[in-house]
Amino acid sequence: MFDYGFTEEEKMIKDLCRQIAEEKIRPHSQEWDEKEELPENILKTFAESDLFSICIPEQYGGMGGGLVDLCIATEEISRIDGGVAASYAASFLGMFPILLFGTEEQKKKYLPEIASGKKLAAFALTEPEAGSDAAAVTTRAEKKGDKYILNGLKHFITNGGDAEIYTIIALTNKNKGPRGISAFIVEKGTKGFSFGKKEEKLGIRASSTRELIFEDMQVPKENLLGGKEGSGFIVTMRTFDQSRPGVAAQAVGIAQGALELAVSYAHNRMQFGQKISSFQGIQWMLADMAAKTEAARALVYSVARAVDRGEKNIGPASAAAKLIASDTAMQVATDAVQIFGGYGYMKDYPVEKFMRDAKITQIYEGTNQIQKIVIALDLIKRYGK
Amino acid sequence: MSIKIIKNKCTGCGLCIKACPFGAISMQDKKAVIDIAKCTLCGACVQVCKFNAIEISRQQKKQQKGLEEYKGVWVFAEQRSGKISSVVFELLNKAQQLAKDLNTYVGAVLLGYNIKEKAGELIQRGAQKVFVTDMLQLKEYTAENYSNAIVKLIKKYKPEIFLAGATSCGRSLVSRIAVNLYAGLTADCTGLDIDPKEKILIQTRPAFGGNIMAQIVSPDNRPQMATVRHKVMQEAEIIPDARGEIIEENLTGEIIDNRVKFIKFIEEITSTVNLAEANIIVSGGRGLQGPENFKILKELAETLDAAIGASRAAVDSGWIPYSHQVGQTGRTVCPKVYFACGISGQIQHLVGMQSSKIIVAINKDPSAPIFKVANYGLVGDLFEIVPLLTKKFKEIRK
Amino acid sequence: MNIIVCIKQVPDTTDVKINPETNTLIREGVESIINPFDMYAIEEAVRLKERFSGTTTVITMGPPQADFALREAISLGIDQAVHLSDRSFAGSDTWATSYILSQAIKKIKDFDLIICGKQASDGDTAQVGPGIAAHLNLPQATYVRKIDKIETKGAKQTILVERLVEDGFEIVEIEMPCLITVVKEINEPRMPSLRGKMKAKKAQIPVWGKTEIGADSSKLGIEGSPTHVVKIFTPPQKQGGVVLEGEPEEITEKFVNDFKQYL
Repeated sequence: MFDYGFTEEEKMIKDLCRQIAEEKIRPHSQEWDEKEELPENILKTFAESDLFSICIPEQYGGMGGGLVDLCIATEEISRIDGGVAASYAASFLGMFPILLFGTEEQKKKYLPEIASGKKLAAFALTEPEAGSDAAAVTTRAEKKGDKYILNGLKHFITNGGDAEIYTIIALTNKNKGPRGISAFIVEKGTKGFSFGKKEEKLGIRASSTRELIFEDMQVPKENLLGGKEGSGFIVTMRTFDQSRPGVAAQAVGIAQGALELAVSYAHNRMQFGQKISSFQGIQWMLADMAAKTEAARALVYSVARAVDRGEKNIGPASAAAKLIASDTAMQVATDAVQIFGGYGYMKDYPVEKFMRDAKITQIYEGTNQIQKIVIALDLIKRYGK
Repeated sequence: MSIKIIKNKCTGCGLCIKACPFGAISMQDKKAVIDIAKCTLCGACVQVCKFNAIEISRQQKKQQKGLEEYKGVWVFAEQRSGKISSVVFELLNKAQQLAKDLNTYVGAVLLGYNIKEKAGELIQRGAQKVFVTDMLQLKEYTAENYSNAIVKLIKKYKPEIFLAGATSCGRSLVSRIAVNLYAGLTADCTGLDIDPKEKILIQTRPAFGGNIMAQIVSPDNRPQMATVRHKVMQEAEIIPDARGEIIEENLTGEIIDNRVKFIKFIEEITSTVNLAEANIIVSGGRGLQGPENFKILKELAETLDAAIGASRAAVDSGWIPYSHQVGQTGRTVCPKVYFACGISGQIQHLVGMQSSKIIVAINKDPSAPIFKVANYGLVGDLFEIVPLLTKKFKEIRK
Repeated sequence: MNIIVCIKQVPDTTDVKINPETNTLIREGVESIINPFDMYAIEEAVRLKERFSGTTTVITMGPPQADFALREAISLGIDQAVHLSDRSFAGSDTWATSYILSQAIKKIKDFDLIICGKQASDGDTAQVGPGIAAHLNLPQATYVRKIDKIETKGAKQTILVERLVEDGFEIVEIEMPCLITVVKEINEPRMPSLRGKMKAKKAQIPVWGKTEIGADSSKLGIEGSPTHVVKIFTPPQKQGGVVLEGEPEEITEKFVNDFKQYL
């Protein structure tokens, strides 16, 4: 890996996450994938090691720092297990709206609990009929006195059921289009809030994905994010601007993990009386995989740095990072399986899991096709004269 | 004390670098250089240097006065509830050889309550003098009371050598005694000999998990103390009509430390035979695939009167309690026969068992490192092989 | 409750390899780590501090690079560290080592409990813990696998522990201040935390030599050590073993026939 000019603190995060991933995740990765479970223990370890406190300002119980820190942590965890990383990063996805748009009271109330790892967070936008078309949500929130009454359904929610704090996107005024949606902070256990089935997934199986069901769920008006209606769409877009580099970092980690497995296998596997790593055909594959992974990484960290510097209009770059990194992860993981040959197709070897885990990074938090639209619209806006 | 390289003799041959177990020597400008921070002055480099280019100089040490007054080879007679530990009989055997070389007597120290009658057992095993302190407060072992008592006895009778088993009791006890007497103590010895010229005790012990051996002496202090690994030495034979002297030493309450209270001992029934005492150990590792499969090991163990051991992988997976763990973070064992079933042989496991006399490895992977230390390697599926062994040994035992 | 933890930096045995030709250790590139048993001692101290508050202090005797081990202990939740380092300490055996550590503990003075790992993975002596207790005339409990209770009885504070022995365990109650050594079973050490790592990086760690701890020079290093090593050698290699491959029935039969002489 190139030197990205990481600071001492950033290197510390990298070392710590690598240690935790190697010692606490790697030995169990296969089992968690098979059983589709994420033991509380590992979340407790993250919490005790302050991994939930990065990206959150010190006045709210965090360690300060920014998106680069989160990308480093996510990459390192994904290098071993993309599923565990999905749960970890999804909590930040639930946290970002509060950090970016919450009132001072909301930040003071919720951020310290998330930073300490006492409570896991989740972000709930997707509905059966509203995926890429975020403005098509049908979950309704009606104001009654000092409360909102929510009815509807969210699905494919990462950390659904496991999280304690949810940022939920709902319609407050259906006549206003995108300006008619709002965001709410809802805690698990609120009356009228229940969970549907847990999805069985192709990859990232350690993380849980569930339906959220709202039946006359009463939410106090203080929990309207930012205290004003109609900000739901902008909340969603800005949150994704922040979180997409994280997904991209997850993809880079998966690519790196698959690459390392492939190199190690190629260096030990004998065919025709020699190590297959001595064949140029294999060497070229490995070199391509490494070069692409590094290119993706370079893009991810430069975008994350730009976000941390406070640069505006980060959306297109963020979309590009997610697009490139996730396509790279899918390709590198597929090639890694290819290098393993028949063994790569078997569950006894860890590499097929990387291929399954990689796929989701091309789909969630906006499919790669949506990323291209984000990039294209920006292009047209800037150069389409 | 110091160690130095005599530059004009050093040829830069590099033999000393290879010999140094502590990685303290490097070559700079074709001359050996010693990193004092890493050097332990063990002398391995001095031995291999063909050009006498390394010198360790010692200041004349202050010898303890009156070393010649110290006579006798003593053994600590560890016991629980009146049952003398078998390591004591092994020590008595060794003590007889040492005493012969030194032309002195074998002594045993027996502490406890209503214990005096056990002195006869020690005499039958070769003790010529048994020093007994019988006291209610010594009924149960505590390091404080026992060490206070033994310090008194040693000060009074001045033995030149003091041996104890390297057991959880022996190791905790003897270190206190050595500190109080300013005596040299070597832990976990596997060999003891008398230097014919100097008439001092040469103690041999494994270091780095048995990968290297060290010989250690304490020439200037008495007694020379050592704890000795269980099952390495032969037990002394029983001579029914052996004679010996029983010396009762009544000590006063001043040896009693009221800060420590023994509450109770709880035997752990999960292990039928304890690992330290077992002549045969049957151990299982990750290859067992699950806790239920220890059953097939237990059947073999019962047939052979063996204890059950386990690798760290099996313990960490929660298949069997920690008390069964053999290896670096578990127990070090040295039985006559060690069966390693489905254990790959990580270095951390090997350091805990490679001094076993015979190692039998059963593993389906012929390249598993365990086969490198095994006397017998059976390549194959343990689920087939172990039951077959049980069956065949049962037939032999009949 | 104030706790002192004594640790040692050792070579990581997972890295130690044997040169098959010379049968000697290859130490090149071997990393230094905190003695594995000391990790349990550190964790137990941090847990006790979380329950009873107080200060935890870690000490080690060793060359300058042992500073890393002390900082790692701080990243795991220990409050402060003291490094005992002096050229005159080199070559100390367990007697002199426990003397040096006990002198440092006397200087720290204010403590209720000393915790050590049961033994170091490179020396395997298990002598230093009880040695420190003897130098300080403190009661001890070795091989502790569980702390059952800590209570105040009048003016005294006592600790009730379970200590692992060969065939079971003993329950012992000892008065504090005292020393315990711990086994792996006592806890599962946590990972370092980011805050801990930051703190470790910034920590000022005093280095104490023989003057600072008020040690008697004649009791230090190789001069002060009653034992010394006269020879180091590699044990004779195990005779090449018999490897049996083939049908289970066949190979077990062959093995049992040859092996039964030892039964």
